[in-house]
Amino acid sequence: MNGIDLVGPQFAVLATAGIVLLVDGLMPQQRRYLPIIALLGLAVSALWTLSWAGRGDYQEAFGGTLALDKYAVFFYFLFAGITATVVLASIDWVNREGRGQGEYYALLLTTCGGLMFLSAARDLITIFLALELSSIPQYILAGWGKDKKSSEAGLKYLLLGAIASALLLYGMALLYGLTGTTMLTEISASLEATGEQYRSLLVLSAVLLIAGFGFKMAVVPFQMWVPDVYQGAPTPVAAFLSVGSKAAAFAVVTRIFFEALGAEFLSDDWSMIFAIIAAVSMTLGNLMAVVQTDIKRMLGYSSVAQAGTFMIGLAAISVTGDEFTLGGSGVLLFTASYAFTNLGAFVAIIAISQKIDSDQIKDYAGMWKRSPLLALGLAFCLVSLTGIPPTAGFWAKLYIFNAGVRADLLWLVIVGVLNSVISGYYYLSVARQMFLGEAEDGKSFSTSPSIAVALGATTLGVLIFGIIPMPLISAAENAVEALRTVS
Amino acid sequence: MPELSVLVFLPAVAAAAILLLPKPMEQNAKWVALAAASAMLALSVQMFFAFDLDGEGYQFVERHEWVDIGQFNLQYFLGVDGLSMPLVLLTTCLTVASVLVSFSVTVRPRAYFACLMLLASSVVGVFVALDFLLFFLFWELELFPMFLLIAVWGSGRKEYSATKFVLYTIAGSAFMLVGILVLAFNAGTFDIEVLGQTEFSNTLIPLGWVFFFLFIGFAVKLPIVPLHTWLPDAHGDAPTAVSVMLAGVLLKMGGYGIIRMCVTMMPDVAADWDIWFAAIGAISVLYGAFITLRQTDVKRLIAYSSVSHMGLVLLGIGALGDTGLTGAAYQMLAHGLITGMLFFMVGLMYERTHPRETSRLGGLARQMPLITTGMVFAGFGSLGLPAMAGFIAEVTVFLGAFERFEWAVLASIVGVVLSAGYVLWMLQRVVFGPVKHEWDGVTDAHHWWEHTVVVGLVALVILLGVYPAIMMDMLEPAIDSIMVRVES
Repeated sequence: MNGIDLVGPQFAVLATAGIVLLVDGLMPQQRRYLPIIALLGLAVSALWTLSWAGRGDYQEAFGGTLALDKYAVFFYFLFAGITATVVLASIDWVNREGRGQGEYYALLLTTCGGLMFLSAARDLITIFLALELSSIPQYILAGWGKDKKSSEAGLKYLLLGAIASALLLYGMALLYGLTGTTMLTEISASLEATGEQYRSLLVLSAVLLIAGFGFKMAVVPFQMWVPDVYQGAPTPVAAFLSVGSKAAAFAVVTRIFFEALGAEFLSDDWSMIFAIIAAVSMTLGNLMAVVQTDIKRMLGYSSVAQAGTFMIGLAAISVTGDEFTLGGSGVLLFTASYAFTNLGAFVAIIAISQKIDSDQIKDYAGMWKRSPLLALGLAFCLVSLTGIPPTAGFWAKLYIFNAGVRADLLWLVIVGVLNSVISGYYYLSVARQMFLGEAEDGKSFSTSPSIAVALGATTLGVLIFGIIPMPLISAAENAVEALRTVS
Repeated sequence: MPELSVLVFLPAVAAAAILLLPKPMEQNAKWVALAAASAMLALSVQMFFAFDLDGEGYQFVERHEWVDIGQFNLQYFLGVDGLSMPLVLLTTCLTVASVLVSFSVTVRPRAYFACLMLLASSVVGVFVALDFLLFFLFWELELFPMFLLIAVWGSGRKEYSATKFVLYTIAGSAFMLVGILVLAFNAGTFDIEVLGQTEFSNTLIPLGWVFFFLFIGFAVKLPIVPLHTWLPDAHGDAPTAVSVMLAGVLLKMGGYGIIRMCVTMMPDVAADWDIWFAAIGAISVLYGAFITLRQTDVKRLIAYSSVSHMGLVLLGIGALGDTGLTGAAYQMLAHGLITGMLFFMVGLMYERTHPRETSRLGGLARQMPLITTGMVFAGFGSLGLPAMAGFIAEVTVFLGAFERFEWAVLASIVGVVLSAGYVLWMLQRVVFGPVKHEWDGVTDAHHWWEHTVVVGLVALVILLGVYPAIMMDMLEPAIDSIMVRVES
């Protein structure tokens, strides 16, 4: 691997962003092909990743700032898939909106490129650059809608995002000051040698890093923006925010905390921080979600709770022994299954809200009779979010709870299980509303083909990985193994 | 041939096929369902006769690696022994019966029959799964079709009842899942066969709690007093076929679980708690019988009588002996057939008359002699008339439990006496007495499918009543091997 091949998947995505802009500008009458171009670009990117994986040629690139390992490959696929689904789900909405079509898809693709860089980055500066590359387009996208709420969402996201970036930079600066390097592996070596004397400062920098990324992960107490932005931003963008940047944040945090801050004297401290954040996020997120009447706000709070569940995996990472693999691969598994599931739910919501012009849960009554496929798809995704078999969400939860128990975090797992029960209440009450409620306006409606494809692909993924979860589990385990070996 | 996989997935495939039927052909859904159900029945009968009565352990075993998480393997592991084979047969018989009963369903027939098939698939799965997590998957899967069947095709407060049913079961299975995981963490496997031979020590939470958690999960299903309140609601509002399945096989999942999991895996704890089993069993029998006496809705009446009858199962288990456990297993089969038949007859009647309050019915023997005959027959079965399946079961349970829990048996016998009371009184109020001219126009059972079910169930109830060996020979070796474990 050399030259452009090293950044092939990102290059394909970012170049497609450029092509989309050019086509939009030069051939305005061909605009309807924009999403197809975007999808093709993502397909090329995925194929490129696949050819890497096929060659099995994993290495470091650009002086060790990017690690092209199985871990990165796992996320490259995931981000390409997420972006493709969001593109499919956006088509109707973008056409209806009518303006800035090229820019919209270009921004989506740019974000995707940034997320990919983020999952491969192995150097603090690269991480920060990649984070900004993925964040700035998302600030714009959140404010894309014409109404006030969307502008508010964009502004709120931008301001809080800026604060988070500042905290993150501060943490990185501290880490650099203490170790004299920005490379994750060198930081780790330096800490092993002389780090113990700065323990309290290191904990402070870990806290700052967690705060900075916590904003992207949307965990308590950095979740304030979530419900407003989810509600205000265009629904396809909210879908993207809820899975894309969350997954990338977990990817990079897992990498930083294992590769750089894995020193034994430190890991107990941050493991405890993660455990507490996990418990609080799950509980608060779920309790707040219960009282929501707007389905997007509900999913916003539920995504906070889900992020708490991811975090059980981070808390379970202890660097010695096999448990590391369990905690880390648990995070990856949960990320992937959550991405499929939450996207599926959002796609269904996009389709429904376009037809009924409402995000109120009570307006979902009788959806089964109005659009059986959408109702079934949404219900199935909600079942998976609850963690009921036979869905991908069930295995992810089981896996991550298992990791927690093995890491002596039984209390946290019990909190997690209880929270699953609470979450079941509000997820399934939406399903109940759809199947048993009586619609005021009983008109049935049909779904556009692009939405049907997006929903079909995600729910089928959730179902297939719910029955045959082994491929996904081994992919996640291999990816995390790579963190250990390539260094 | 992988018989058990076919048995589990054939109805699931049929469900998919039914859903794919084009709309103009939707009235053919019942034929697809009937074909699948008949094939299941034929296959299970063939397995029943191919079953090696002298064989050790599980038969028709299928075992494949499935999921590998951390330190334990999940397997796709199916098999039957003498305890589960008769229950599988019971399930397939009643599946055919409930498909036939549903021939008159015309509202959304595709979704209805697909749900019914999915229900059959998951219930068979529960009885044949030998991996604890796989068992749990099937256990949970059953909720989905049941919920829809009651909530969409039921009557009365159907949504309330369906939700109540699901909430009770989910609450129970949340406990159960904790129990399953604790056992599996301790033994490093979900293999039911291995778990049934493991001596547990140093479990994450005390073994007594684990036992209690699992027991709660199963007891909700059985159900025991005081966890039974979902049952009359669910039965009262469910369509006939669903009542048949619910009473006939779903309740048996609870009894099966208690014997297979609680007693076999943790025999020491079971031995400590046996007196509670007997007490709860006797209370269920008595309380169920008293409540039944008060019912005025025919379906709720039969539902409460189920509580009473399933109490006998728990009493038999509590005896923790060969005879008691065999009696408990036999009672499950007998109750499945007899109560299934009672619900079937009431369903036929309800289809024609509609009210279910005993006060509005009466004298129906004149208008519908055949249905009346079936109902009287099933009623006699329910009160334990000799030469019918229920009699054998009750006597075996009493024999098994008498030595150790004389008081519980005496109390239960009072319950059985009361059962004669409520059954006869119900018959007197519903089918005998003065003829009501309101019902002059109604027809008797006249479709071939109705006749088939009546004749089939009558034959089975009598067969099990006069020739119990056909099942006993199969149950006994399985019970013996459980007893070896309990006594050691």
